[in-house]
Amino acid sequence: MNEKVRFLQGNEACVEGALYAGLRFFAGYPITPSTELAEGLARRLPPIAGRFIQMEDEIGSLCAVLGASLTGLKAMTATSGPGFSLMQEAIGYGVMAEIPCVIVNVQRGGPSTGQPTHVSQGDVQQARWGTHGDHAIVAFTASNVKDVFRMTVEAFNVSESFRTPVILLLDEVVGHMRERLRIPEEGELPVVERLLTQVPQTVDFHPYLPREDGRLPMAHFGGHHRHNVTGLAHNIWGFPADDPASVDRLMHHLVGKIDNRAMEFAHWVDHQADDAEILLISYGASARSALDVVRRFRERGDRVGLLELQTLWPFPAALVRERCAQARRVAVVEMNMGQICREVQRVAQDPDRVYLVNQVDGRLVGPDTINQALRMIQGRGF
Amino acid sequence: MRKEFLFAGSGGQGVITASIIFAEAAALKAGYHVVQSQSYGPEARGGSSSASVVLNTIEVGYPKVIQPQVMICLTQEAFDKFSSGIRPGGLLLSDPFYVRRLGRLDARVRLLPMYEAVRDRVGLPITFNVCVLGALVGLVDVVRPEHVKAVISDRVPARFLDPNLQAFEIGLELAAGAKPIPRLRSGPPPSPPDPVGASCDQGCVPPARLDESTGSR
Amino acid sequence: MATLDYVRRRFLPHIWCPGCGHGTLMATLVRAIEELAIPKDQIVMASGIGCSSRIVGYLDLHTLHTLHGRALAFATGVKMAKPDLHVIVPMGDGDALAIGGNHFIHACARNIDLTAIIMNNQTYGMTGGQVSPMTGHGERATTMPYGNLGQALDVVAVARAAGATYVARSTVYHAPQLKKLLMKAIQHRGFSVVEVLTQCPTYYGRLNQRGDAVEMMTWFKEHAVPVGSDARKDDPARFEVGEFVNVERPEYCASYDEIVTRLKPREDEHA
Repeated sequence: MNEKVRFLQGNEACVEGALYAGLRFFAGYPITPSTELAEGLARRLPPIAGRFIQMEDEIGSLCAVLGASLTGLKAMTATSGPGFSLMQEAIGYGVMAEIPCVIVNVQRGGPSTGQPTHVSQGDVQQARWGTHGDHAIVAFTASNVKDVFRMTVEAFNVSESFRTPVILLLDEVVGHMRERLRIPEEGELPVVERLLTQVPQTVDFHPYLPREDGRLPMAHFGGHHRHNVTGLAHNIWGFPADDPASVDRLMHHLVGKIDNRAMEFAHWVDHQADDAEILLISYGASARSALDVVRRFRERGDRVGLLELQTLWPFPAALVRERCAQARRVAVVEMNMGQICREVQRVAQDPDRVYLVNQVDGRLVGPDTINQALRMIQGRGF
Repeated sequence: MRKEFLFAGSGGQGVITASIIFAEAAALKAGYHVVQSQSYGPEARGGSSSASVVLNTIEVGYPKVIQPQVMICLTQEAFDKFSSGIRPGGLLLSDPFYVRRLGRLDARVRLLPMYEAVRDRVGLPITFNVCVLGALVGLVDVVRPEHVKAVISDRVPARFLDPNLQAFEIGLELAAGAKPIPRLRSGPPPSPPDPVGASCDQGCVPPARLDESTGSR
Repeated sequence: MATLDYVRRRFLPHIWCPGCGHGTLMATLVRAIEELAIPKDQIVMASGIGCSSRIVGYLDLHTLHTLHGRALAFATGVKMAKPDLHVIVPMGDGDALAIGGNHFIHACARNIDLTAIIMNNQTYGMTGGQVSPMTGHGERATTMPYGNLGQALDVVAVARAAGATYVARSTVYHAPQLKKLLMKAIQHRGFSVVEVLTQCPTYYGRLNQRGDAVEMMTWFKEHAVPVGSDARKDDPARFEVGEFVNVERPEYCASYDEIVTRLKPREDEHA
């Protein structure tokens, strides 16, 4: 059997993708439905001299990941809703101190303990706004095992390129289902390595001075450039600074480096979306059901298409605005109370033509539900 | 060509493992697009246990079973809970050691004495699930026996390989000699009708609604 | 290397209040590092949030000013990733034992080679004198205006019970002893804890009529007794200083490396 073709769970594919991207540090805490990630990396990291640690909680997990990243290791943690809530303060630290890391959230039903073993997409806006203070964030998602692998690699690439935490929002269905995965050969997918400073030892190094392309070269703990890392507002040396000019520069840099690249970070798949009169917009497991509906309607000659989003944040507003303009009606299919629908309504020229098709009972929204909703939207009755 | 398979039984019977082996053979050896998934929660740890496999010649959309063409029910509880959800005319594989009350069902039912066969001939009841797999492969024309045997060889520890392959062959053998139980096309559905199934908007196999997910982390 | 070479002199004078004991601790810590002759590039210093945490800004090391209570968690990541580095973690008493108490206990239990320094001023100084886990029973704080209902936590007992393999206590008055204890703690292979009593005349001292910095240090002098001394029987306010625990147990990163070495020749498993 070809070792590179495997039959894996989404969570296992995330492990493989992370290792492909060069992951060498994982800290985590057990939580359903993400635990396979920790278990997989507990087995896989020690043989390659990578580092695995189970911490005392999710707060400690992300803090350990940030500490390890500062020494130069590609680092990740994985969790689900309750743990993701606990991580929010440290996510903000990663944003503020510009520390690359990947945070996987295999979403389950919430709020609170919610439905640990059931699917949901309820953490989409928490990923965007969960940590306090104005900031920008990158969040990816995937609807199948192959894309889980690919988006995991991409999460590391963006994180390392732009010194920022990247959130991978999976869901219970995608995390636990098994599909065929061909693990790409080395070099087949791009893998971004961290940009290190070339400044000589004797010259003053500015860890927080962005280059023109927005990237900030790093110097690792243990190297020659000793600098300060803080969650306080800081200057280009990384030392606390609260003068208005420094703070203003910092805030615009932190938000601009992400939000100004919304289309650069945008990943999506068009499923017959180009000529669609009814456009479905979906992501994660619910996009699979939406795909079935597109096929069903197309068989009848109805022009229904699907825009499957793989980048949720920064929201690909230009893309969505353009696709919505081509369609008569837009239906956003998701397993929450409309967390992406509100974004689509925000950017669409005619928000009244944007409908929410959702299911929030912990079960995967199915093709029949979407089908019925579309009949209603079309005025054909229930 | 979407085909749905439901594997249902109790934790410890190896139902989920059987579904994974079957799905892996279909995905990696037979070249189908395949999705396997399983029930999660306390019921997967000792209580009832179920897994679904969906395969297609094109990319699989909805990844779970809606109305399976093939159902494997290995406990009476699984039979009572799921069998009414089978696609009319579908295939239901079961074992008389575990399932005694069949009710009336619009399906091709195959009751094969797989448990007694592995107990008496292999001497290892734990190979039951692989015997079931053999019978399934013999009854449905989806994957070839050698495909499945290759996956078994990959997944089963070497010292248990021979008895498992023997169990697989017994399953094939039982399938070859299986006599169909007549279809009851006009029969009413087995009682009692499952209220959960009736409310399921996909007309799908009712998801388990046991006392699950209480504080499991 | 001269003592001041370890200091980012451009940031002096520091922000601590006149009479605060933290500066004495910082100077003593720098002297300990200097005497051990550890190169600056080989030290990561991770702190939390509070008056104590500002120590990292003044020292010319790899410095990590983290979140309130989380210094040990960040430090654990640093140490696991680069076990060759010395990782020193100065924390306040509230920082280490209230909000960070869970990390503290588990760092002790792991016996990971970090040097935890608890700068115990018995209050939250940065926020203005609230009750801390180290405030004594009946003592005043802005959030215990009628006297503390709780009891001060015994850090030494907690650290010992949780499995720390080096535990010591001193005060900023006993600077020569403190330096020796800090040196031993930094050299110790395993999780080491040094509790340092340091005066906060601004809040704790004022709220509890403890006088100025000199009077508070005099109090440290008069009430500190060597570990195991009987003198505590005469006056319950007396406290022991010195080394309480110094034992060897497998260190976490070393144990991890043993597994890495053991696995190396084996090819990567696959389910």
